[in-house]
Amino acid sequence: MNNAARNPLFHVARRGAVPAWKAWLIRGGAILLSLVACGLITTVVTGENPLAVYVTVFNGSFGTVRKFWTLLQNVAMLLCVALAVTPAFKMRFWNIGGEGQVLIGGLAAAACMICLRDSLPNAAIIALMIVSSIAAGAVWGGIPAFFKAKWNTNETLFTLMMNYVATQLVAYFCVVWESPKGSGQIGVINQSTELGWLPVIGGQRYLLNVLVVLVVLVFVYVYLNYTKHGYEISVVGESERTARYVGIKVEKVIIRTMLLSGAICGLTGLLLVGSTNHTLTTTIAAGRGFTVVMVSWLAKFNPIWMVATSFLLVFLERGAGEISTNFGLNQSFADILTGVILFFIIGSEFFINYRLCFRKTAEKED
Amino acid sequence: MDNKTAAVTMRNITKTFGSVVANDKVWLNIYRGEILALLGENGSGKTTLMNMLSGIYFPDEGQIAIDGKEVVIRSPKDAFDLGIGMIHQHFKLVDVLSAAENIVLGLEGKLDLKAATEKIRGICDAYGFEVDPDQKIYDMSVSQKQTVEIVKVLYRGADILILDEPTAVLTPQETDKLFNVLRNMRDDGKAIVIITHKMHEVEELSDRVAILRHGQFIGDMPTKKTNAQEMTNMMVGHAVTLNIDRPEPKDPKPRIEVKNLTVRSIDGILKLDDVSFTANSGEILGIAGISGCGQKELLESIAGLQPVEKGSIEYIEDDGSREQLIGKDPLSIAQMGVALSFVPEDRLGMGLVGNMDLSDNMMLRSYRRGKGPFTDRKSPHALAESVVTRLEVNTPGVSTPVRRLSGGNVQKVLVGREISSAPTVLLTAYAVRGLDINSSYTIYDLINKQKEAGVAVIYVGEDLDVLLELSDRILVLCGGKVSGIVPGRGAKKRDVGMMMTRLGGDGKHE
Repeated sequence: MNNAARNPLFHVARRGAVPAWKAWLIRGGAILLSLVACGLITTVVTGENPLAVYVTVFNGSFGTVRKFWTLLQNVAMLLCVALAVTPAFKMRFWNIGGEGQVLIGGLAAAACMICLRDSLPNAAIIALMIVSSIAAGAVWGGIPAFFKAKWNTNETLFTLMMNYVATQLVAYFCVVWESPKGSGQIGVINQSTELGWLPVIGGQRYLLNVLVVLVVLVFVYVYLNYTKHGYEISVVGESERTARYVGIKVEKVIIRTMLLSGAICGLTGLLLVGSTNHTLTTTIAAGRGFTVVMVSWLAKFNPIWMVATSFLLVFLERGAGEISTNFGLNQSFADILTGVILFFIIGSEFFINYRLCFRKTAEKED
Repeated sequence: MDNKTAAVTMRNITKTFGSVVANDKVWLNIYRGEILALLGENGSGKTTLMNMLSGIYFPDEGQIAIDGKEVVIRSPKDAFDLGIGMIHQHFKLVDVLSAAENIVLGLEGKLDLKAATEKIRGICDAYGFEVDPDQKIYDMSVSQKQTVEIVKVLYRGADILILDEPTAVLTPQETDKLFNVLRNMRDDGKAIVIITHKMHEVEELSDRVAILRHGQFIGDMPTKKTNAQEMTNMMVGHAVTLNIDRPEPKDPKPRIEVKNLTVRSIDGILKLDDVSFTANSGEILGIAGISGCGQKELLESIAGLQPVEKGSIEYIEDDGSREQLIGKDPLSIAQMGVALSFVPEDRLGMGLVGNMDLSDNMMLRSYRRGKGPFTDRKSPHALAESVVTRLEVNTPGVSTPVRRLSGGNVQKVLVGREISSAPTVLLTAYAVRGLDINSSYTIYDLINKQKEAGVAVIYVGEDLDVLLELSDRILVLCGGKVSGIVPGRGAKKRDVGMMMTRLGGDGKHE
């Protein structure tokens, strides 16, 4: 090879099908590499011992029983929203309105708790909360779907803007229902009577949420993989023309799926208001409607893997918070570490699909 | 080959995509003043090999030499600098620009359209192209667009030209014109490579043929010293018969009656204009026409996928009762008990879902069966298995995504599913487009078997030779109108070609 010097140093070649174990080996390697990179950055920039930092990150989630339950609660809530948007994502309907759908579900639940507390018994209030918050979420998801189906509006923009409408509605009602007067906040609803509070199971106030989300997980998994509806969603997502060709009513599938997507978001709102917080604020969804885009994509829309990805994201976030308090570092530093780790994880997908052929290896093969 | 230095020498070229070896140590010489036909079945690596020459892919191994000097081609620009130009199957032109603007697009240096126009006219005169440099692309026919692509390559100084299946979209008359131009260019000392599946074109045009099979170079020889049968055998690797059966129709009865069908596209363009015909059971009705003359709209109207402006499409049962198909979607047509199967032109974008595996694709037609919310995966799985064995689909298994299969195998899966439901009407659009000879004959066989089973087959095709051999009757479309319906037996290729370009085909202008 007399012209080796003029050959490019490396070129990118596509891999064929990669066996699952190899793909996970690459992903695992990426996580390890990211930890090394984070360690280096930590030592160079702050002078702290990277191992101590990792221990702190770990303790952020597993340090105490309380921290562990907080972790579980946060994972469950994130997972629940992720499970909600995934049917839509599988249909290639980019529902980034999870935030608004959760908020409106929470608003409906809070409305039941506040407006009906003097007229109905607790059981009836809770029943109405469940129905109304799920319905409210479904409506909030159904509106953009209707417009998409009828006039092919852009669902990304539409669902995004529905978020702001929901936030403003909640902000308005926070003032209407403020307590004490003048605070602009609702405060804990029905603190003395606990009317409309979802029951606490087994002495653990977060256990109910975790169990409900587990049921949703199984439901969404089965729905997507084993039902006729789930099959229709996959076909519409892959190709609308194929769907029409076999007589699937695409408009109907879009609206139906978004009603479901919104309904599960509404359910998350109910859990957040009725079980976790017992109050309503404009930030109750905490950006989960957007974080779930990453949760769902990282797991390739597989509900089971979403347990792992939502755990990873919450774990990193809790750890980041712990670092900033323990080491007196800025919260931003923790965000940098989270960013580095995610960069490696997402970047590893490139190496799963492609390989680099270096000049030297090519020569050796000769 | 004489003592000429080869314009291009490809030595020991290997290219793999994952575990698939597209080219395996291929050697190929291309000479100036010669037209080389590159032959091979689908997936034999012809296009991959040429893409490496034109800088789209980079070989894993091997060397390329131009005029005896070793070169490295890293990008299409490198290829252009070496005088290599490729005309792809899909044109890359900007519709709203004129021919001249498209030709100079992307060139460095000062923009001087007048000088460019002059140069373009010079090229056209030299080789006999008919191109108006000021005409907009959107006003052009497919063949004119292709001419612009060729002129574009010549304008940039290419003297090694590669054409990937250039005649797939042309009428016989346009093909003749293109061949004349190519011969002129050859006589001017240019090196020309043409990739094609059509044997008679190879025999008519090329000076030398080179044959690839499964990524390996099988051999090359002067075209004069070989024949279609030998070349086909080399491509396939064993002897094949090149005859298409045409059994006499048994007891044909009207099955689909189309009357005064008029269809407009969403933009209001008239696609079908007052089309009337009858398709009989046990008969193959061939539809001929330049691509885009309403074939797609015709089939989709029957299949319930195309809104119709006016007219009627009636399905006639064996007992003579009639059902109107217009205004029904595919689901309600099926629910009426009309067993209509449709093999659409766009296999992976319409007929199948590329990312789903074979069984899930079989399910497309059957997933609604059974009560309850759950799908039955067992019977589609069994159907997939049986299609794979019966039609000899080459696949690692039924759980492979269909997009990983080669074109011929994709088509077998699609046709296999469509005929599995025992249809009474079978619509096929370009059923063998892009398929190699072996797969094409499998598909012809399958279609003939359906015909013998009493199915009314409507076959939209682009290869006139095949249409003339396969069809019992041929309906010729021209600009959305019926130009004529002729019996398939005894029809002349020239006459049908004329009817494709002119209503009635009698040479008189409308």
